[in-house]
Amino acid sequence: MNVQQITPAQTIGPFYGFALPYEGGPVVARDGDVRVHGSVFDGAGALVSDALVEVFQADPDGALDGGLFGRCSTRPEGSFAFTTVKPGPTADGCAPHLAVIVHARGLLLHLHTRMYFPEEAQAHAADPVLAAVPKQRRHTLIAEPDEGGLRFDIRLQGGDETVFFDV
Amino acid sequence: MPTPYRRDGLDAHPFRDDPAYLSTKLRHPIEPLIPLRDPETELAEPFLGAGPIGPLDHDLTRQHAGEPIGERIVVTGRVRDGNGTPLAGQLVEMWQANAAGRYAQAEDGHAAPLDPNFTGVGRCLTDDQGVYRFVSIKPGPYPWRNHDKAWRPAHVHFSLFGTAFVSRLITQMYFPGDPLFPYDPVMKSVTDEAARQRMVSSFDLDATVDQWATGYRWDIVLRGPEKTLFEEAEVA
Repeated sequence: MNVQQITPAQTIGPFYGFALPYEGGPVVARDGDVRVHGSVFDGAGALVSDALVEVFQADPDGALDGGLFGRCSTRPEGSFAFTTVKPGPTADGCAPHLAVIVHARGLLLHLHTRMYFPEEAQAHAADPVLAAVPKQRRHTLIAEPDEGGLRFDIRLQGGDETVFFDV
Repeated sequence: MPTPYRRDGLDAHPFRDDPAYLSTKLRHPIEPLIPLRDPETELAEPFLGAGPIGPLDHDLTRQHAGEPIGERIVVTGRVRDGNGTPLAGQLVEMWQANAAGRYAQAEDGHAAPLDPNFTGVGRCLTDDQGVYRFVSIKPGPYPWRNHDKAWRPAHVHFSLFGTAFVSRLITQMYFPGDPLFPYDPVMKSVTDEAARQRMVSSFDLDATVDQWATGYRWDIVLRGPEKTLFEEAEVA
């Protein structure tokens, strides 16, 4: 095959809530001691209450085979929360992170971003992916500790727009 | 190093900023995406913890006490990667409106009846040839508020993963010959005609079951890995 004839993406739409979320979806790792939570915001700063957030990460040893996956809707209140474990670095020099996908009504093709851990400032300085991100935008990829665990808000557009990747 | 994934053909996807589809206006990034090349995590294959597939998960006409109202259909096809390799054991999730064009979700305010015998959710795994198969009823078109007299063509939503996080796909399958195609900004967000046609199923006599259901075939192609030099040599 020459050019790969891929099937194009279409929006997840507003009415996936009875179909895609599943019991245990927000549990990335059983007995995980890390809670990652946040909200998705649109360009006007309004909560996006019909997004679907998916995460994929290495295990604590940095292994990705049998890697850990989670899925959580922001319905109906506009926020998501995952229970997980902190991943190990996937390679020398890579800071621990979650790969994150955002689907939503109004998003014709999902978005890729990443969440990094706030206590890893030293590893962040050496991480090649973060190095490619303009310094003033890097903070959008780094979760903030709060009373609920680690807060990771996703801003689809506008001031403080989250960094999204062309993967 | 992980195997890189092909980047050719990705322009088949829609632009996220599409003025004809109003909801994109505040939901697409303005800043340019940052190139992320050969990332270990995104090029690995997620392990899906969605639990076992039930014996009736693929048959949306048998998930309730009675049968749903509507035109019974079989939807089947093969899942391949961009190199043409069939993908076996792939989770395929689908969901749809009922025959009247109403979703079994509380927020759907369309003034069309719910069907107590139809939820509209299916799941299955592809077989060793990459083939999936669902039994359902044909969904109806339904109105939305994007513009005056806006009606979505009948469609079935599909969700697939492929062999890496970068081959993740959520899309919609359409039915052949739908007169609503020229008026639908979601479908028209795919601007290349050939790519748009790849979202349209075809009536298929082989998939049709005598005295029971009409059959539709819809093959799916997910982004595939770059071939190694060794594989290239084999092909040559």
